[in-house]
Parts: sequence; C-alpha cells; structure tokens
Amino acid sequence: MSVFAFYLFAICVIAGGLFTVVSRNPVHSVLWLILSFLSAAGLFVLLGAEFIAMLLIIVYVGAVAVLFLFVVMMLDVDFAELKAEMARYLPLALLIGLVILMQFVMAFGVWEFNAGAEALRAQVPADGVTNTAALGLILYDDYFLLFQLAGLILLVAMIGAIVLTLRHRTDVKRQDVIAQMMRDPAKAMELKDVKPGQGL
Amino acid sequence: MADFFFNTTLGVILLIVGQILLVVVPLLVALAFLMYADRKIWASVQLRRGPNVVGVYGLLQSFADFGKYIVKEIVVPAGADRAVFFLAPMISLVMALVAWAVIPFNDGWVLSNINVAILYVFAVSSLEVYGVIMGGWASNSKYPFLGSLRSAAQMISYEVSLGLIIIGIILSTGSMNFSNIVYAQDGNFGLLNWYWLPHFPMLILFFISSLAETNRPPFDLPEAESELVAGYQVEYSSTPFLLFMIGELVAVVLMCALISLMFFGGWLSPIPGLPDGIFWMIAKMGLVFFCFSMVKAITPRYRYDQLMRLGWKVFLPFSLAWVVFVAFAAKFEWFWGVYARWGMGG
Repeated sequence: MSVFAFYLFAICVIAGGLFTVVSRNPVHSVLWLILSFLSAAGLFVLLGAEFIAMLLIIVYVGAVAVLFLFVVMMLDVDFAELKAEMARYLPLALLIGLVILMQFVMAFGVWEFNAGAEALRAQVPADGVTNTAALGLILYDDYFLLFQLAGLILLVAMIGAIVLTLRHRTDVKRQDVIAQMMRDPAKAMELKDVKPGQGL
Repeated sequence: MADFFFNTTLGVILLIVGQILLVVVPLLVALAFLMYADRKIWASVQLRRGPNVVGVYGLLQSFADFGKYIVKEIVVPAGADRAVFFLAPMISLVMALVAWAVIPFNDGWVLSNINVAILYVFAVSSLEVYGVIMGGWASNSKYPFLGSLRSAAQMISYEVSLGLIIIGIILSTGSMNFSNIVYAQDGNFGLLNWYWLPHFPMLILFFISSLAETNRPPFDLPEAESELVAGYQVEYSSTPFLLFMIGELVAVVLMCALISLMFFGGWLSPIPGLPDGIFWMIAKMGLVFFCFSMVKAITPRYRYDQLMRLGWKVFLPFSLAWVVFVAFAAKFEWFWGVYARWGMGG
C-alpha cells in the first residue's frame, strides 16, 4: 500500500518537474510545479514527517507558488522570443545541469550509511512526543539564539525591501481613514424606523 | 467479516471508501438544505418569502436547482484554456471536501485522527485559492481575471490572520489535534469552559476572517455583481458552475465546523449534566451558519482597499499581539490557568 503510494508520489514529482521545464505555457509550468510540491509533501508524509509536509504545502504551495502564478499571469511574455533565447542558452544550461549531477554522484558515491541509521529513522519518538513538539523543543530550547538570528535576518530583508520600494508621492489624493471614521452619521445619512412586517 | 475489513488490502480500501461516503453524502445532503436556509433567512430579513414553490415550504428548491444546473449546456469560451478551465471547479470542490477528513463530529468520530490536523486544514484551505485563480485565468476574459486576482490577494491576506489566531488556540491546548482541542475545553462549568470566553477577541476576528477567506459578503469582492458581474465565475455555466458553488458552500460549512470545534467545544454539552454528542456539534454548526447568513443579509459590501487595510493593518497586528499575550498567559498560568490546558488536552 505505502509502496504504491511512494511510486505514485515519486512519479508525480518527476513528471511535475519535467513538465515544468518543457511545457509551452508559463502558467502551466507553475501549475506543474505545484503538483511537484504537493507530491513532495506526500513523500514527506510517507516518511513520517507530517509537520514538514504541511509546512511545505502552506509555505511553498500556499504562498510562494501563488506569487509565482501572479507574476507569470501578469507579465506579458513573448513566447517565441523566449523559445529562441532558450535555444541559445541550452548548451550552457545542460553544462550546469551536468555539473550538478556529477556533484551529486560524487557526494552520494562516498556516502556511508551508519548501520544503525535505518533503525533510528524508523524509531517512533518517545511516548506522547509528536514530531511537532520534538521540533519545537529542539528549535526553541537548544537553538533559541540561532532561531532569533534567522528571524532578524528576515526582518532586515523585509525592511530593505520596503525601503527600496516605498515611494511617498505627495501629488496623489489619499484616503484618510481616520477622517472617514470620524464622520458624523447625523450629517451623512437619514435614519428611518421601519415597523416589523412592513416595508419602507 | 471484521477480519476481512481490517486485515485484507481490499477490505481496508472498502472500509475507507465507506467512511468517506459516510461523511460526504450527509454533508452534501445537508448542504442542499443549508442553501435553502441561507436563502430563507436572507429573504426574511428583506421581508420577502424566499423559495416557496418546490416541495413543502420550498424545501426541495435546492434539488430543483441541482437538476436545472446539470441539464444545462456547458459553454466553453473561445480562447479558454480547456484543461485548466475544467480543472479549476474540480479543485475548488475537492479541496473543500478533503479538509473534512480531520474534522471530528463526536468523540472518536473522525476519518483521520492525525497530529497536525489544524495545519492540514490550513494547508488545504490555502490550496482552495488555486481553484479561483485557475478559473479566472483560464476563462480568458477580463472580468474573471480581475475577480480571481482580487480573490487570491484577499484569501492570502486573511489566511495570515487566521493562522495567527489558530496559533493562540494551539498554545492554549498544546496540541494540533482537533479532538485534543475539544478535550481541553471539557470541564465542570459547561459552556464557560470553552475557548470562546478566554479567546473572545479572537472568536470575533476568526469569524470575520473566515467570512473573507470564503468570499462571503460583506467581503464577496471577487464576485461583486455591481463591479465584476460574477468575478471568476462569469464564464462558467452548468455543472462546472455548480461545482464552484458547492465548493464555496462546503468551505463555509467547514469554517462553521472549525469555529464550533475551536471556540464552542465541538460535541461537548453546554450545560453540565446533559450528555455530550454529535447533536451538539450539529447544533453549534447550525448556529454559526445562521450568523454567516445574517451577516450576508445585513451588511453592505466592503471596498477593496478597506478590506486590505482591515486584514493587514488591523487584524494582523492585533492577532500577533494576542499570540504574545496568550504565550505569556499560558506559560505563567495567569487568570487561574484558563490559558494553559495542557494537562486536559493530553
């Protein structure tokens, strides 16, 4: 049963990745990419890492891929030109792909599995401790400062993005929410008391 | 017989299919009457009669509508992306239905009792936005496209505040499992033990955010008739339109179930001494659905910039501050420990 599920998800990941690259329409590419993400989440579930699977869906599919889709749909891309570009860069892309593949082969070729690793992986966490709780304990107890540091880096990146894109134009008329909220209802509208069972 | 269902592959698959049907079929039948109730409530507020022709008091109106939808012609606009065009309503419905897998209706009555149930519902509801975006894009038309862009931005914005509100509940319970969340609300004081009391501000925020998340009025900007005809649904007719409509309503009922489970104690009885049971769960969902209908009937539609402002500048800071408050209240057991119920949730 789980072997069947594994092959289903694995084939979906590979097919999704493949069609992301080869499909002609960029929107279709993003949709195939989403299929790939979802299937990867399925693989995580099969590995027993349900928390990571859910985060993968929430973060990548729910937020990042939506932004991709937005950008791709809004951009007016000239497909013929894109195809010509692709023919030009194909040898370089193949070279880079080959180098990465060789690196993987070299890295995993000398990889030595500890004899007990497989047994450790299959081991259920201690009683009553779920995956999520175990991750939380390690993240917030042992690596608390590093976690804070990661948050700070993200904060700096966010402030940087805001500073770079914020333009305050003075010649535009803006909504003043406070002024709108402070309007007096007595001056703005007239109230009619409608008796029940009777229209206006 | 039991051996066949629990030990053979075919038996297990049959069992799972049976369980799924046991959830989905009553849900869809209930949906027909909920749609009727929705229209009746709406009509009563506006001093109209509402549907009253098909069946006694118009009770069978939804089934008549269903028959009408499926026999109509399916029109595909010229230049539409056919595959995506038909995939969109299916995704919309399926994503709304799969979330029910982790909703417990009674003690132990749940299809899949997983540890990360809340995250699962959250993940699935973040997928629902794809039905809308794909439908709007594949129609190859301006109104649907604008509607789907609006909808996507709206759903993503309000998911953020929904997520933060949920974190408050998780902190109080110490678990992401819905059954544990309900167990944590069990106590000697009936309805005073439920989370609506300590988490009251979040109940209001969650209710409003779920209105926006499911594109219900007053936040139904994606399908604002006066501006966009019907948003991403403009080009859809017949069964695909029906799928969109059912998907949307299933998502609404799911939100009702979530509010009942997280704030109103699920299947727990409100008065100590009365038996707990599925009827409480159904009654609570019905009550929340009534609130949804009333909001639809009595509120005018929001403007889009107001909607975005509300989501990002009001709900997000407030729910974030509430998470911090709940974290401290739970850690140091303020207010007699009402925010720390780890012992009860298990």
